[in-house]
Amino acid sequence: MGLKPLTFVRQVLAACIYPSLLLDDSLPHDVRKRAQCLLEECGSIGSYAPMTGIRKVLLSVSEFITRRDGIVSNPDNIIITSGSQHGIIVLLKLLVQSEGSVRTGVLIPVPCYISFKKALTAQGAVAVPYYLCEEEGWTVQIKELRRALHAARGHCNPMVLYIINPGNPSGHVQSKASIEEVIRFAAEERLFLMADEVYQSIVYGNGREFYSYKKVLSEMGSPYSNNVELASFHTISKGAIGECGLRTGYMELVNIDPEVMQYAYSLFTINLNVPVIGQIALDVMADPPQPGQPSYALYAQVRVEIFLTLMNNVQRTLEVLTGLPGITCQPIMGGVFAFARLHLSEAAIKHAKEKKLKPDFLYCLRLLEDMRLFASPGCDFGQEEGTYHIRMCLATPEETMEDVLQRLKSFHLRFIKEFP
Amino acid sequence: MISEMAENGLLHHGKVLTVDTMNPNVKRVEYAVRGPIVQRALQIEKELKEGVKKPFTEVIKANIGDCHAMGQKPITFFRQVLALCSYPELLEDNKFPEDVKNRARRILQACAGRSLGAYSASQGIELVRRDVAQYIERRDGGIPCNPDNIYLTAGASDAIMTMLKLLVSGEGPSRTGVMISIPQYPLYSAALAELAAVQINYYLDEEKCWSLDVSELRRALEAARKHCRPRVLCIINPGNPTGQVQSRQCVEDVIQFAAEENLFLMADEVYQDNVYAEGCQFHSFKKVLFEMGPEYSDKLELASFHSTSKCYMGECGFRGGYMEVVNLDPEVKVQLTKLVSVRLCPSVPGQALLDLVVNPPQPGEPSYGTFIKERSHTLEVLAEKAKMTQEILNQVPGITCNPVQGAMYTFPQIQLPPKAIAEAKEKGQAPDMFYCMKLLEEKGICLVPGSGFGQRDGTYHFRMTILPPTEKLKIVLDKVKEFHQSFTEQYS
Repeated sequence: MGLKPLTFVRQVLAACIYPSLLLDDSLPHDVRKRAQCLLEECGSIGSYAPMTGIRKVLLSVSEFITRRDGIVSNPDNIIITSGSQHGIIVLLKLLVQSEGSVRTGVLIPVPCYISFKKALTAQGAVAVPYYLCEEEGWTVQIKELRRALHAARGHCNPMVLYIINPGNPSGHVQSKASIEEVIRFAAEERLFLMADEVYQSIVYGNGREFYSYKKVLSEMGSPYSNNVELASFHTISKGAIGECGLRTGYMELVNIDPEVMQYAYSLFTINLNVPVIGQIALDVMADPPQPGQPSYALYAQVRVEIFLTLMNNVQRTLEVLTGLPGITCQPIMGGVFAFARLHLSEAAIKHAKEKKLKPDFLYCLRLLEDMRLFASPGCDFGQEEGTYHIRMCLATPEETMEDVLQRLKSFHLRFIKEFP
Repeated sequence: MISEMAENGLLHHGKVLTVDTMNPNVKRVEYAVRGPIVQRALQIEKELKEGVKKPFTEVIKANIGDCHAMGQKPITFFRQVLALCSYPELLEDNKFPEDVKNRARRILQACAGRSLGAYSASQGIELVRRDVAQYIERRDGGIPCNPDNIYLTAGASDAIMTMLKLLVSGEGPSRTGVMISIPQYPLYSAALAELAAVQINYYLDEEKCWSLDVSELRRALEAARKHCRPRVLCIINPGNPTGQVQSRQCVEDVIQFAAEENLFLMADEVYQDNVYAEGCQFHSFKKVLFEMGPEYSDKLELASFHSTSKCYMGECGFRGGYMEVVNLDPEVKVQLTKLVSVRLCPSVPGQALLDLVVNPPQPGEPSYGTFIKERSHTLEVLAEKAKMTQEILNQVPGITCNPVQGAMYTFPQIQLPPKAIAEAKEKGQAPDMFYCMKLLEEKGICLVPGSGFGQRDGTYHFRMTILPPTEKLKIVLDKVKEFHQSFTEQYS
């Protein structure tokens, strides 16, 4: 979408791909040192990586997690994945019984981004939706979790609770108390927790901080910290590093039965999928340039710029959206999306029904056709019956964001005139 | 409070996810290439590093087809272009030739945001798919290839799993049966176990250099029809672990058989450039299919697989590859496209690498000379090592080795003394696993036992790669020779 990659990452990658670059001074000293270290570990980036990941990278990741949470993380419980989707897909292969009389149920938030729903279907799991509370900013309600769970018990075996924090598309960042509530619920109802935390580095402050499920679980102490089974997911695709095309992430497993761990390893082994080049980028994400190193200044500067861009985009988007009649939007606490509510008129809804299209789908289709602006309709993500939404991406340079918002504004004003 | 928690089962300490509650299919998943013997090898390496004394100073890992790990050099042109794609500032650097720069620019143009870091379309970057289609057309003597039938993958294993997922259905006697060669590359058996498909074994003929006989296909199929619904025929050509390169007649026979018996053909052709033996030639299933005329080419459903991990590139770490589907039902194709979209897209650097593989430097271009030299050298050395391996192993009484016609492995048959077999059975180990474990402990050589690939009852084999550098390979072969002799004596 136009945001620039981080120079340090790309320099290290180039040097690892073509080690002749290490022979002269064209690249900064810290780049060369990092590349050399990684090449020593993996020999050549053209080699298969070891089963769960290159050891040095696993160590960097476990140190990253340790620093983030203030709690020691064991590299043996970390598996490097080729993106969070890959990790999720393989974990579902482990978890889901898709045949026989009782299929595994997975609790899934509404709204939820599309790939996860597809992954559930592909694995033959039963999706058990729980509705996030829009009026309160898309919070997770334990009462609603309980309702969903009990309703599901009749027709499947709900075993897994999937939760996205920061939310996609909701943009909600859970408070510590909310996370504790969810953990207690999972413990009481004997659910395996899957925590998708890929947007953890994109939180916009305003009194909200990211707490990892691992950290909160650990701080809750026994009997939760040593019992609740948890898989946390992270990736290099999001955050300031934003390298979606390299396909790498990691999964950290907590309190998993050791026998099951062996099977987890074997499943990941036959999926020989993790590109070495992505693992190198992951190493940089987990262990970035430090103050005093030659690349630090540029690295820190660009990170700050990207973050400021995102923050400005959030602010501007909320300004424009809430200024438009018929659109409301909950506060965007984290992530890179705005998930706004469209209060469509009866006329618009009727028109959509005539065209046999869902109303927000029609809105987005018209937006694309009239303004060449592509936004995703809420029906793709799931929503309360009778409500309509639109999701827009905010990870773009500010000029582009402004262009997007102006197109949306002018389209929306014309649309509500057409369907008063 | 405690009693409350006890009531809620919190003090129960029973896990939610146990071997009994997990997906039961996972239990049957095994992958010999990285199985227990490799884990022991890694342990031994650790011990060596810690200074533990052993009868050898290093573990030689001749178990996995990892070229670069064994010292094969990457192709300079590929690495230069990829470096430039990763860090485009290097386009200003004079040490890179013009053709390298042009290629990098061309690839970046085709990427979203002109960056390898952006998601691509799930089916793969369009430019790369078009280039792949043209490569296939050139390879197959002009037979048309539609880029829409090309799916870029994260390596062949990924694509094979995806297709099998689509193909496997039914229950009980109507459960999908999938025909696979014995010996086979254990990805197939692992995938079939995971999907709970029925594995239908057809035996390659060791006496006839691992060739395929249609009568054996027929036997296996008819026997299988009693308890499952056979729908798929998988073939690996050139073969893994066996290395045989099927004759053109054989390819035609297989196509005819698949057509007659209404089977979906999956052709694993990742070793297509690795052909060494005189008189052997690679014939792609696609090419032969179309040369057999519309009676076959209009109907037979075929998926062919290729990868950037083997041949002369050996770039296993990049996870690049493609799959070509032929005569796939259009509705199924829609589902396939949907299925691959779940994992978003294959690694973009892998796609970029594939583009270079199907579109290498041409005569007249600055990088051509070096490229041809590097490619020829790599393939020639492999051919020499294939020959040397076969010769040395066949000198050992008790080891018989078929010619290594192609691919990267040798799969010799080993005679094991009855006492050794008995001891293995006592230990609950497959006899060739017992043999390979001892070889590892005594000589520091890591091979994969034949039981991991499948073999005729009562026969034993091991698979060894021919990838170590020539001098080292010679040492390995000599050590295997020594070991076999002492092992035979020990258990006579």
